Amino acid sequence: MADTDNNDAFVAFERVQKSYDGETLVVKDLNLSMPKGEFLTMLGPSGSGKTTCLMMLAGFETATHGEIRLNGRPINNIPPHKRGIGMVFQNYALFPHMTVAENLSFPLEVRKIGKSDREEKIRRALDMVQMGDFSGRRPAQLSGGQAQRIALARALVFEPELVLMDEPLGALDKQLREHMQFEITNLAHELGITVVYVTHDQTEALTMSDRVAVFDDGRIQQLAAPDTLYESPDNSFVAQFIGENNTLAGTVKEIEGDRCIVELDDGELIDAQPVNVEKPGDRTLISIRPERVETNVERLGENAHTLKAQVAEFIYMGDVFRTRLKVAGKEDFIIKTRNSADQRRLQPGENIEIGWLPQDCRALDAV
Amino acid sequence: MSKLKSSGQQTADAPTPEDAFHEAAALEDHPSAPRGSKADGPVLSADGTPLKRSLNRALRMQKLRALMLIAPLLIFVLVTFIAPIADMLFRSVENQIVSNTLPRTTQALAGWEAEGADSAPPEAAYEALYVDLFLAAEAKEHTRLGTRLNYEETGLSSLFRSSGRDMDDIGEDRIDALEDANEAWEEEGFWYTLMTGGEGAAGNTALLDEQRDRLEALTGDSYAADIGFVPGQAISELLPRTARAYAAFALYTVVEDEDIVAEEEPWERVKIALTQDLRDPATVQALADYDGPGAEELRAAADLSGGFEEIDFKQTFLEIDEDWGNVDNWQTIKMYSPPFTSGYFLNAVDMEKTPDGPALRDEDERIYGLLFNRTLFMSLVITGCCIMLGYPVAWLLANLPMRTANILMILVLLPFWTSLLVRTSAWKVMLQQQGVINDTLVWLGLVDDASRLIMINNQFGTIVAMTHILLPFMILPMYSVMQTIPPSYVRAARSLGATNWTSFWRVYFPQSVPGIGAGSILVFILSIGYYITPEIVGGTTGTFISNRIAYHISSSLNWGLAAALGSILLAVVLILYWAYDKIVGIDNVKLG
Ligand SMILES: Nc1ncnc2c1ncn2[C@@H]1O[C@H](COP(=O)(O)OP(=O)(O)OP(=O)(O)O)[C@@H](O)[C@H]1O
Ligand SMILES: [Mg+2]
Repeated sequence: MADTDNNDAFVAFERVQKSYDGETLVVKDLNLSMPKGEFLTMLGPSGSGKTTCLMMLAGFETATHGEIRLNGRPINNIPPHKRGIGMVFQNYALFPHMTVAENLSFPLEVRKIGKSDREEKIRRALDMVQMGDFSGRRPAQLSGGQAQRIALARALVFEPELVLMDEPLGALDKQLREHMQFEITNLAHELGITVVYVTHDQTEALTMSDRVAVFDDGRIQQLAAPDTLYESPDNSFVAQFIGENNTLAGTVKEIEGDRCIVELDDGELIDAQPVNVEKPGDRTLISIRPERVETNVERLGENAHTLKAQVAEFIYMGDVFRTRLKVAGKEDFIIKTRNSADQRRLQPGENIEIGWLPQDCRALDAV
Repeated sequence: MSKLKSSGQQTADAPTPEDAFHEAAALEDHPSAPRGSKADGPVLSADGTPLKRSLNRALRMQKLRALMLIAPLLIFVLVTFIAPIADMLFRSVENQIVSNTLPRTTQALAGWEAEGADSAPPEAAYEALYVDLFLAAEAKEHTRLGTRLNYEETGLSSLFRSSGRDMDDIGEDRIDALEDANEAWEEEGFWYTLMTGGEGAAGNTALLDEQRDRLEALTGDSYAADIGFVPGQAISELLPRTARAYAAFALYTVVEDEDIVAEEEPWERVKIALTQDLRDPATVQALADYDGPGAEELRAAADLSGGFEEIDFKQTFLEIDEDWGNVDNWQTIKMYSPPFTSGYFLNAVDMEKTPDGPALRDEDERIYGLLFNRTLFMSLVITGCCIMLGYPVAWLLANLPMRTANILMILVLLPFWTSLLVRTSAWKVMLQQQGVINDTLVWLGLVDDASRLIMINNQFGTIVAMTHILLPFMILPMYSVMQTIPPSYVRAARSLGATNWTSFWRVYFPQSVPGIGAGSILVFILSIGYYITPEIVGGTTGTFISNRIAYHISSSLNWGLAAALGSILLAVVLILYWAYDKIVGIDNVKLG
């Protein structure tokens, strides 16, 4: 599930636990290792412990148990200011009493960098985020997006190798957020820095990251590249959390290698790919992505599985049609079909046949 | 932006909010640039009235409602705060008592200049003094004037008090002679008829009103009542002084003594006025044609008066009290005769009025400058102590977990739940030479029993006790400001490489300055006017200017000086406030 420990990893969490109150574990057994230059996103619902992990890495919280290593060195006892980690906070935390230039100059001053060097670095950092003209402004005079860029520039100006970002785009509107997502990923790749990025916006996580760690309940549920995460979720939490997902509850009848037969609650038998079911008799949730469901079953070929369905609702969304179906006793089975020339618009009440390929149908744990 | 934007796929050409921002900024930089099709002239609302006006109309109701909501407070503040301050400011310059009590004297002194020690004022001034002082003594207002003038020149109080007593005796022999010649002059009825000019005679209300005003100014009471007497027109032209004196007598008798004019024998002053009137040759001539009531008696009295010796008022006054010959006293009266004076203020800054203009008092008479300096200095020290002691506490309050912070907060507020007097007295117990602290020090052997520390009844005691009392006023504003500083700032600073101290000093501290400012203003202004604590623990060297003000208000009763001192204190506070605004900026002060 989590990465195996790797001693040349740039950042490594090893069996890390954290409790604030001595009663509940906020982070339970965290294992994670990142190579240099990776853009890793921590994604998860509110309260799942993402910020806590970031804070432990930055040094503002201490791990109750376990070890965190940076560049091979344990950092549990290094104070935050000696870790050399750049950090972008959710509310930017730009010092309100300093101008933009002073804000950027701050990390350089505390590192005793000479004045001319400092100015040069500040200029470069501001140019990097296209904010060269704003050096005399105060944070209060900046728009959200501008403040965000300055916060980024400040975290980068002292050339840290690791940058942590805690929901840095949370306060921005959608358009600006998408724009900034590109700027941040580009910058990260250009500068070759390692980034740990926290968000609870899954699109953000999928578009920006090399790898995504899905958090829930203080554990990493899955750590994988975005496409793997989407297409092969390890468990039903991940399947539900990432993207849209149809589930059908049932019981495993037979398991045979990478095939299993599941009996749905209404008695129907279907083929699926076993992911975390072990033996016949296990309860399971079948997960099928809406766009993998085909209404023209002829297209699917021989071994596709088909089922009867009744159209409950048809929603026109422009590029796609979203249709809600009644399948196997469930009312909320969603399918998405492309708005292509040959795609028929289904009528509510209509009885149709739907189908999918067995490899798109994953038998996951029943929660 | 071009570089990164072109590398993004979705936003390659789409305008971003950033672009709009830059465009707006560009427009602002070049205000002359056309801003689209905006018509000139005022903007009109739908019904054609200018938008401004209809907006104002719409807002008026709202404003009225707001005004009504604050009206009770506004009235309360006006009555209990603004009005007393205005009254104080007025009192600090007001000085009508001299011209109200001695109107004629001040007039007579107008042309007089003192040159040298024996250039006493002219006889006319003494005569005027007699006229004024007689009335003042009857109305018992002369002692008040004496007290007032005593602030400026010691001795004037007793001079006025004793002289007032003797006013009745001036010209005694004349009155006796007059009354011996004809008993009619002792009869109230006769006088009354004489002065009214008999039944149906034309009255001189102007003269009566003039005396009315004079008495109102003198006593502060209302003389508007009908007194059943109007001086006759003819008689008041014939005997102007007598008529005036009688009118004053009549008014006073009715209003103050609540008697009937016709049943009271007039004052000695009226009779003296008569004899003086009758010595005027013009009067004697006019008297020949006079045929009103009492004409015979008047003519007889005129004959008699011709034989009287001129009253030497100056001599008379000198006999009553030789201080009336002292030029300084007269100068004081003259100097304080205008209705407004800078005297109180000069006094409050250790200066005095002299004929050559304001001058500093003698070294050993200066106290207020010292007191003001001490008040300012000690208030500064107290404010400083409060900052030093309060800052860490406020910081703790803002950064501790909720429950612990609440307990600490209760401890901070605890002093508020104890009476101020109790707290101050407790400090007395703590600090006195046989007190807790000294006992402990002696017991520990740190201090010799013979040389116990003196910590009370001096500046030290005041500073300690007041710092303790005012500390919450420093902590609370600091706390409320610190509470609004998110911990992420310090964290950001530390993640940027700053040590604990640097991130405190360069990031946290500057943001807590508004709290320090608010607390300092509060503590400084409170302490500058503090009274009870310095009074109890301050001894002689630890008292404030406010103790002096209190003394003048309750003991010496020199309210004018108290008002002047208070006004200066107010001015100092306002100036400091203004300076603070200039230097720190008042919008940098946050109370929460
Ligand atoms: N300082 C703290 N003291 C006690 N409990 C804390 C503290 N900070 C966080 N927690 C608890 O730890 C858990 C994880 O918090 P964390 O801030 O890591 O969540 P998160 O994943 O960042 O959530 P979000 O997406 O809402 O930011 C939460 O249940 C929270 O209540
Ligand atoms: Mg968080």
